[in-house]
Amino acid sequence: MVNNIEMEEVKKPLSMNPKKFILWLLIVSIMMFFVALTSAYIVKQSDGNWLEYDMPMIFWYSTIIILLSSATMHWAYLAAKKDNLPQLKLALSITTVLGLSFLYSQWAGWGQLVDMGVYLVGNQTSGSFFYIITGAHGLHIISGVLFLIIVLISTYQYKVHSKEMNQLEICMTFWHFLGVLWVYLFLFLLLNQ
Amino acid sequence: MATANIQTPDLAHDVHHDHDHEHHDNFITKYIFSTDHKMIAKQFLITGIFWALLGGILSVIFRLQLGFPDMQLEWLRPFLGKWITEQGKIDPEFYLALVTMHGTIMVFFVLTAGLSGTFSNFLIPLQIGARDMASGFMNMLSYWFFFLSSIIMLSSLFIETGPAAGGWVVYPPLSALPQAISGSQLGMTMWLVAMVFFIVSTLLGGVNYISTVINMRTQGMSFSKLPLTIWAFFLTAIIGLLSFPVLIAAALLLVFDRSFGTSFYLSEIYIGGEALPNMGGSPILYQHLFWFLGHPEVYIVLLPALGITSEIIATNSRKPIFGYRAMIGSMLGITILSFIVWAHHMFVTGMNPFLGSIFMLLTLIIAVPSAVKVFNYLTTLWKGNLVFTPAMLFSIGLVSFFISGGLTGIFLGNAAIDIQLHDTYFVVAHFHLVMGSASFFGLMAGVYHWFPKMFGRMMDAKLGYIHFWLTFVGVYMVFFPMHYIGIAGFPRRYYSFTNFDAFNSFTDLNAFVSIAAIFTLGAQFIFLFNFFYSMFKGRVAPANPWRSTTLEWTTPINPGHGNWPGAIPTVYRWPYDYSKPGAAEDFIPQHIPYSQTKESNLPHENELIKLENEGDVVIVNENKH
Repeated sequence: MVNNIEMEEVKKPLSMNPKKFILWLLIVSIMMFFVALTSAYIVKQSDGNWLEYDMPMIFWYSTIIILLSSATMHWAYLAAKKDNLPQLKLALSITTVLGLSFLYSQWAGWGQLVDMGVYLVGNQTSGSFFYIITGAHGLHIISGVLFLIIVLISTYQYKVHSKEMNQLEICMTFWHFLGVLWVYLFLFLLLNQ
Repeated sequence: MATANIQTPDLAHDVHHDHDHEHHDNFITKYIFSTDHKMIAKQFLITGIFWALLGGILSVIFRLQLGFPDMQLEWLRPFLGKWITEQGKIDPEFYLALVTMHGTIMVFFVLTAGLSGTFSNFLIPLQIGARDMASGFMNMLSYWFFFLSSIIMLSSLFIETGPAAGGWVVYPPLSALPQAISGSQLGMTMWLVAMVFFIVSTLLGGVNYISTVINMRTQGMSFSKLPLTIWAFFLTAIIGLLSFPVLIAAALLLVFDRSFGTSFYLSEIYIGGEALPNMGGSPILYQHLFWFLGHPEVYIVLLPALGITSEIIATNSRKPIFGYRAMIGSMLGITILSFIVWAHHMFVTGMNPFLGSIFMLLTLIIAVPSAVKVFNYLTTLWKGNLVFTPAMLFSIGLVSFFISGGLTGIFLGNAAIDIQLHDTYFVVAHFHLVMGSASFFGLMAGVYHWFPKMFGRMMDAKLGYIHFWLTFVGVYMVFFPMHYIGIAGFPRRYYSFTNFDAFNSFTDLNAFVSIAAIFTLGAQFIFLFNFFYSMFKGRVAPANPWRSTTLEWTTPINPGHGNWPGAIPTVYRWPYDYSKPGAAEDFIPQHIPYSQTKESNLPHENELIKLENEGDVVIVNENKH
């Protein structure tokens, strides 16, 4: 009886791992959140009374860092597929460090903005938007880094390898998404100054 | 040394594992921190009933003020304390808080969480043939975030400065400035925090519903064989997933305006002759963001009720639903259109008239799928062998409200007429009929219909009939007169009309509405008694009390965790084989193969028999229906 049920359920047409699917749905809702913020930005900008300022150079460096981290994330994925555990650990650690340096670089960017006289508080909505959008993205990066650390711990417990890729793949999808999201936000903020 | 973990994760195995160990549940894992979708559904239902009662009581309190402005309300002082003024009247600011909280509670806590939370959770796994949700843990979290949100919202009713009072839409600047109204102090902060948790709960639930419907259907359950309830819950979850994040964005900017000194929504405001520092913001921006959620929210509330009704009307007419594909198509149409009509809430904000006419056109197009649905309900009822169960009566009641409330929507969707009718009681009458009462009737229909599956006992039908007729008549007595008051120009949310000569002639009508509201609320206690009494003392339910075709009635009368004790049934046919010519019974459940119903098969169904035997049903069903 018990075996019957299992056999019957294994045959079921699972089109995708439900957890991966759930991640994609969450990505959709995160995307909607940022689309709402950037739309609000455009609407507000068209009202006029808009402070113009040059985006500090450091945000270019952030962009390079996050793109690099996506590359190392992919390296980790390839290493895991080949069961090359030392490389996997190295690549994941580098990705985590790059994620943290991205956060630091964003923080430094905020510092430069303050030096330029662009504040969160006050009457320049353009500045407020910049802080809120990058801040909200930063919060997501923090959650991504925490996720990376969890996966890193799993690799040290030998729970990530070529036959057990789900956690790593979910983490990878999320991390790539955060990278793409930043590129979108960066270009958006750059082109709409 | 640790060894590599090479076990391949297998979801089906996990689910089965839960099912096997159901008898080890103790009180806490069974009734409180349960991951069983059926228990979570009941938790949502009971919490929703609590909120509905509270929301109803709040409305009766402000109806007392509106219907009987001179009434002595000193007797309410034990409950409301200093919100009753020295003259024995309701404090005007508290009146606004009552209206706000009534709206918030009813829209979000009752008709979103109480309706979707209950029936999506309960019916999705049971009707698609799954053992539980995709992630039972996230499902449990969804309820507990809702519970946390409920606690915060409830406590805001009891703080000294009162709950949020800027209307359920919480427009800035009223909601952004603590000086504006006492409700915009701590109460508003708590409102925002509660709503953030509420949205988290809705997203966790919605993600689960979508993932479950797509990934966990039983063999043979193709999308073209899904009951319309599931289609409705599925589309509702998609709408929620796309629109609630936007409300978070709107709320986030509002939080920064309120607490951190930004000026997204604030500009050039003077309080007591003093200028505020905020410049450059736009309150209209908030309205755009809010209504981008706010309008889809209407359909988040309504679609589940429409799905439930489709199922109940087909079952109790003993006829296939008329236009199954048209029903799905119209729901898809409503889903898409719901995102591109939001600005019809803002016709009078100084919007470009050309833009207004585009939104007007899109709004009026919604009448098409809505009319398709109404037509299909009526044609399903037409010449059916109607069985008037309480659930059926409530479903027909929904159709009635959907028509009478929907018609006024066509008026309100016109940018020109909206100038006269905007923010009057005409609007109040419109949305209370088409969204409030219709969804409430859908909720009630669902409770009466699936009570036997939830609790293994029947509700008392006679009390159900009394409850239906009193509520049905009561709702029309409350909301029909409001159309007249609205056309006469009464604005909504006003504390008192006695100072305006123009409105004096409507005093009697307002009193009538208030009496009807008290009457309608009173009728709900019949339901409450019936619900809780039947839960323990009701007649024990048969396995399939309504002689219905869907899968949930193939489970045991009291299904355990995992739903089916043996294998999950395979699905061979669509869910509406009622009164099929030639069949022995007037219904054929979805899990009966065509090979067993040769007497009633149509020619193309006879051909499907061969494929049934090959056991490869999944591929077969898609294109031949």
